[in-house]
Amino acid sequence: MEGPGMTQDMNSFPWLTILTAVPLVGALAVLALGGRNKALIRWTALGFSAISLLVTLILWHSFNSAADGFQFQELHAWIPSLNVSYRVGIDGLGLLVLLLTSIVVPIGMLASWQIEERVPLYFALVLMLQTCLVGTFTALNFFHWFIFWELALIPAFFLVRLWGGSGSAKAAMQFLVYTMVGSVAMLLSFLAIFLSTNTFDFSEIATMGQNGTLMPAVVSKLGWHLLTPEHVALVIFFGALLGFAVKVPLFPFHTWLPSTYAEAPSGTTILLTGAMSKMGVYGFLRILLPIFYPQMQKVLTPLLWLAVATVVLSAYTAMAQKDLKRIFAYSSINHLGYCLLAIFAVAKYTGGDAALTTQKFAAMNGVFLQMFNHGLTAATLFWFIAMLEKRTGGVRGLDDFGGLRKVVPVFTGLMGIALFSSLGLPGLNGFIGEFLIFKGSFPLVTWATSLSVIGLLITAIFILGVIQRVFSGPLQEKWAQLPDLTLGERLSLVPVIGLMFALGLYPQLILGVVNHTAIQMALHLRNF
Amino acid sequence: MLAWTIYISFLGALALLLLPSRSTALIRGLALLTSLVTFAITLTAFLQHRSGEMFTVVDYPWISSLGIHFSLKADGISLTLLLLTGVIGVCGVLFSWNVDHRIKEFFAFYLVLIGAVYGVFLSFDLFLLFVFYEIVVIPKYFLIAIWGSTRREYAAMKLVLYSFIGSAMVLVGLIAAYVVSGSHSMSLGDLAGYNYSPHFQMWAFPLVFVGFGVLAGLWPFHTWAPTGHVAAPTAASMLLAGVVMKLGAYGCLRVAMTLFPLGLAPWGFHVLGLGSWRDVFAVLAVIGIVYGALVALVQKDFKFVIGYSSISHMGFILLGLMTLNQIGLSGAVVQMVSHGILAGLLFAVVGRMVYSRTHTRDLPALGPMHLSKVLPFAAFTFVIAGMASMGLPGFSGFAAELMILIGVWHSYPTLILFVGIGLIAGVAYIWRAMQQAFFAGAPALATPPEHPLPPITFPEKLGAAILICSSVIVGTFPQIFLNVIHPALNSPLFQGLRNGGW
Repeated sequence: MEGPGMTQDMNSFPWLTILTAVPLVGALAVLALGGRNKALIRWTALGFSAISLLVTLILWHSFNSAADGFQFQELHAWIPSLNVSYRVGIDGLGLLVLLLTSIVVPIGMLASWQIEERVPLYFALVLMLQTCLVGTFTALNFFHWFIFWELALIPAFFLVRLWGGSGSAKAAMQFLVYTMVGSVAMLLSFLAIFLSTNTFDFSEIATMGQNGTLMPAVVSKLGWHLLTPEHVALVIFFGALLGFAVKVPLFPFHTWLPSTYAEAPSGTTILLTGAMSKMGVYGFLRILLPIFYPQMQKVLTPLLWLAVATVVLSAYTAMAQKDLKRIFAYSSINHLGYCLLAIFAVAKYTGGDAALTTQKFAAMNGVFLQMFNHGLTAATLFWFIAMLEKRTGGVRGLDDFGGLRKVVPVFTGLMGIALFSSLGLPGLNGFIGEFLIFKGSFPLVTWATSLSVIGLLITAIFILGVIQRVFSGPLQEKWAQLPDLTLGERLSLVPVIGLMFALGLYPQLILGVVNHTAIQMALHLRNF
Repeated sequence: MLAWTIYISFLGALALLLLPSRSTALIRGLALLTSLVTFAITLTAFLQHRSGEMFTVVDYPWISSLGIHFSLKADGISLTLLLLTGVIGVCGVLFSWNVDHRIKEFFAFYLVLIGAVYGVFLSFDLFLLFVFYEIVVIPKYFLIAIWGSTRREYAAMKLVLYSFIGSAMVLVGLIAAYVVSGSHSMSLGDLAGYNYSPHFQMWAFPLVFVGFGVLAGLWPFHTWAPTGHVAAPTAASMLLAGVVMKLGAYGCLRVAMTLFPLGLAPWGFHVLGLGSWRDVFAVLAVIGIVYGALVALVQKDFKFVIGYSSISHMGFILLGLMTLNQIGLSGAVVQMVSHGILAGLLFAVVGRMVYSRTHTRDLPALGPMHLSKVLPFAAFTFVIAGMASMGLPGFSGFAAELMILIGVWHSYPTLILFVGIGLIAGVAYIWRAMQQAFFAGAPALATPPEHPLPPITFPEKLGAAILICSSVIVGTFPQIFLNVIHPALNSPLFQGLRNGGW
């Protein structure tokens, strides 16, 4: 088998299966415990997510950052007739998103502490979602991956639907239908690929894509007389693209996001923005780019236009919002738009130019960092919003506040840090990902990168606007008694804020682990 | 040993009729015991015969002068479907635990129905198969006409008439095959091995295929199904949609396609873009998929949603059959199993868990009842069944549809788009029904519900658990079934089909 081959730790201790199973066991435990003692439920759930975090940190520590290929692999026969085996493994990218997930889920749980209705079900669904996320991030063949990709929708749907705001029925339905349409398109494309190659394995298919043998095989198998071979390849590509484009999201498939993020309870929004949206970016990196980049090159300009639109229009719309959650929902679209910009830049044909290849490495690293940092920062921001909602009884409009820094100084200070991180202030984690993306993309796709800078500027404007409208200015009478952060909240925020500074000042913490994978991924895109 | 599934079912029905009508516990117990024993037999047989090859169960000369034998055989495909019948049979009894009107006759008819279904799946002599096929119709009528609900006499009559018309078409085709081959034998093997002229096959095939197709819900001959399944009592709906419709699909595969494979060959000319019966039925199947889903999307009656969803899912089976490649055909067989389980589950929730308590199936009326709070188990079961039904991976529907879709890519890539629409519509109607029936009152119902409904009983929970586990097993380990289905598809019986197809 070629491609990122199977290296060490084959069939040794099944870390990844355990990591997938732990949250599921937790979900069952939580459901079994029943409804009476809510505190017990919450702490049990948090405990299981803490175990997951611990396991992930063990993996982080034992990961060999200089090795090629996938580590901690497990391989078992599953459905020989479909050439599907149970194969899991992670490289730097997988490890990174696993770490992000195991940080974001506890944050989401902590932000959901004030949920009082159907508590066991809520936390069980959160844990099930975590299982699905881990499953997606460790799967190495389409069948296995698709199971978890689809299953993740169910807990997400119910979390939004049952505990959400007044518009949650419509939002949840929109979320589901959008994602399903994308998934069906993606499924059909991959089935066509399976028909032509008889494999669902990502590495094998990627190798064929890179050798240039994939599309001829697909075309010869499908025998569509109405379309030219090139067009057949593009149709298959668009099918797969749609599935991921909806998830990230890419303009114009983003319209489900703002309502869903706003209507969901804030604890769920944390999971949606911190972890689920990364499924989309991960999919772009793991699946779409290695397999379909010849097709991406053909339609690169339209794709870049979509990325630019995603970046700029979402920032512009964020500026017009009055609901804090909607502001940061649109801001999420904007931040992940940078990732897509960089991915498309990396896909560009550069003909083996060494200098440009180095830029691609930078852009790739930027994507990885931006994924992680955005997940962390966005999760924290929505956590602050949850804390605010708890104190104000659900009020979270931009114009409802003012002068809060006088009443809740610690809250202001810490949320301010998170806001500046989102803005991309150097010294905080949000800067380095964006910097690398822009640095890498500028030489590759200058016009698109230049236009995307507008997004940076508008983001700065609306974030400063939030700070000014919420924290500065005259204080309204009804908020004069607002309690500041409790000791528990401060203690739980410290590691997160600390991490923001640590990553901002010393990004090597992450880069050291993922850099090799980023370079390998960029190098595998052989230009022809 | 497999023959005992038939005998025990019939004997059980007879024994039931001898019991006093008042001993309800005894009646239910005997019915359950009978279905459990037959299920155990099918399970043992499935586990024993790993090779999937055809083997003889029983073979006695019957009417020797006409070459008719009492001949029962089974291969991988039959074993899979027998197992399905066994599971649904048991669960049907469990979900009928609350029947309190003429219980004896109810379970007697039920067991006769199951026994006849076993008979059809096991028959290798076509006369015998036809006899069992006809026997199936009689208990169906009574179950619907006596214990049914909405417009039951009309529905029962419509269902029976359609079934008889279908069987009549089949009978003509079978007699023609018998006569043309020299009137020696009615054994499937002998008849399939005879080389009928292509001209003969060209009209015999569609006749027999449509004849069986009527029972399989082939569009546009499907209209009996939603009416009939809605009118039927829960256990009957489970059996009818879950198993009896599969008799039709089974007949299409086992009889029509093996006897007259050349009937699928191209005509040499095209009508509206269709060049063979294969094209015709493939297109009709796709229409069934999309039409069934779209009609389900606008229903107000909860049970009608499920009734039309059966049409849609059966369309997948028929489409899989028309792909004529191994993966599509195996996908069709797995879909038979999958839909059998899921139809059973869906009708159980709608009919038994919800309707028998709320006495309404009107979706707008169910919403205010806050069923997700009042009947959480029913809500949970419907969510799982619904997800599985729409093809969520990890459940049986996905595994089956995956294989069928691959087969369709191979044979009919242009139809893929429409199938995709059908898939999305499938998501939509399930989600709509689920929302309206269970979650219309959500989010966060602070006050407790005013009208508590009787809680879900143990037999219902057990039945639901069995069916859900079955779906998960089929979905995560389809290899178990593929191991026996593939050798069956590669057997000499399907030789003619393979020569033309894959």
